[in-house]
Amino acid sequence: MSTTDIGYAGLAASLLLIAVVVGLSLWQRLRLERSVADAVARALVQLLIVGLALDLVLDEDRSLAWSWLWVLVIVVTAAMTVRHRAREVPGIAWSALVAYLLALGACLAVVFGLDVFPLEARTLVPVSGMIVGNSMRSAVVTARNLADLLSERRADIEARLALGMSGSDALRPSLRSAIRLGLLPQVDATRTVGLVALPGTMTGLILAGVDPEDAVLVQAALLFLILGSAAIAVTVVGLWTARWAVTSDQRFVHVDRPADV
Amino acid sequence: MTEPPTASGPVFGFVGVEVVRGGRRVLHSLDLELGPGLTVLAGPSGAGKSTLLRLCNRLDAPDSGTVRYRGRDLTTIDPLELRRMVAMVFQNPVIFPGTVRDNLAAARPARPSLIAESLDAADLDGSYLDRTADDLSGGEQQRVCLARALCTEPDVVLMDEPTSSLDPRATKAIEHEARMLVDAGHPIVWVSHQLDQLRRIADEVVLLDDGHIVAQGPPHELDDTITATLEET
Repeated sequence: MSTTDIGYAGLAASLLLIAVVVGLSLWQRLRLERSVADAVARALVQLLIVGLALDLVLDEDRSLAWSWLWVLVIVVTAAMTVRHRAREVPGIAWSALVAYLLALGACLAVVFGLDVFPLEARTLVPVSGMIVGNSMRSAVVTARNLADLLSERRADIEARLALGMSGSDALRPSLRSAIRLGLLPQVDATRTVGLVALPGTMTGLILAGVDPEDAVLVQAALLFLILGSAAIAVTVVGLWTARWAVTSDQRFVHVDRPADV
Repeated sequence: MTEPPTASGPVFGFVGVEVVRGGRRVLHSLDLELGPGLTVLAGPSGAGKSTLLRLCNRLDAPDSGTVRYRGRDLTTIDPLELRRMVAMVFQNPVIFPGTVRDNLAAARPARPSLIAESLDAADLDGSYLDRTADDLSGGEQQRVCLARALCTEPDVVLMDEPTSSLDPRATKAIEHEARMLVDAGHPIVWVSHQLDQLRRIADEVVLLDDGHIVAQGPPHELDDTITATLEET
């Protein structure tokens, strides 16, 4: 049997552990059965749809324009997701959209401009998904932390403004903290990669029979691209949000603390 | 401290000033002039005192009407320049991370000697400079805030209930420093809702209630009105 062709029987076998989770939930009255069943069903349906769509897009005769369209859908969906997760920050969807486009643009320029990967559907869609997905997580953390800090540090910011500091100077300490908090998980992930769990791309490539050394090189390249693009995304989202928090006549705009999600 | 401007006329003028926040009218078509000396804005909670104070350095903006500083429409003055001429001390001490020196340096004093001069004007000696500001008592922190405000060489100092979280001794110290500043020619606008305090410190009182001016004048002339308004709440 090939390691990449598990078939529906293999998939069904993996559901055995889901049955254990449901059993545990029933036994301990955790009331998680429905949530688990719902998550499993959604994951299956979403992945099957994505698989079908990928089948269409990855067809060698298909125009690359379809892949670019897919990338656009990824970017817009990620921007909408950030808006949902940090709705207290007005304009967050636009700032996230710009942030992802810049981060992705820089990344794809490196990847395809320097011939790290060949520009084809098989590389464009997964690399874009990985870049935007990770940038999205960092952008959400940054936006939520910044909204939280701006709400919590109102007195500090106004005290700085009252000394004649510009809005950007007054907000700098909060902005710096938010950007650091947004980026640190990604830095930690890069630092500890391989120590606890093998990262997904590498695991997938090794399971597909690729030489581990080649798999490591691909994984490392992707990790560095992800870190770089996340840094671009959190900086853009942070600066944009900070700009919005002070009016043109240098008054601080009240920011609500983000709600729990 | 630089010499205060000698321009005659009111320090602040308010013409038809209205402020609406969250659908509530905080100040109602206010006409008012604030002169030199120590003016106390008094009134019960929610009267609009702090909002009125924040209009003076443009931390807040009116929805309609005009605010003037020494005859100039505030909107024609760069807010960053204005805030260095019209300094502010807040209700609770707002201390920045680091030492007292770091806090004073944050005000970007125009010359190094201003740090020592401002510290002295706030009745703190040089030994405080290298102490961690966060470790000081509430009263000392508030004096650091006053010194930091003075590092901008302001003409006027706005004080938003600066002693509300302080003990009587620290309160007295801040009141004393404020009086010294007024005597040196720097007008002070001070928000308070404490009857005893305004009797102690005010040259003039502006009494506000629900966004309206109820009375204005020297405290001894308004004693009954002030007592009635403040004790009502």
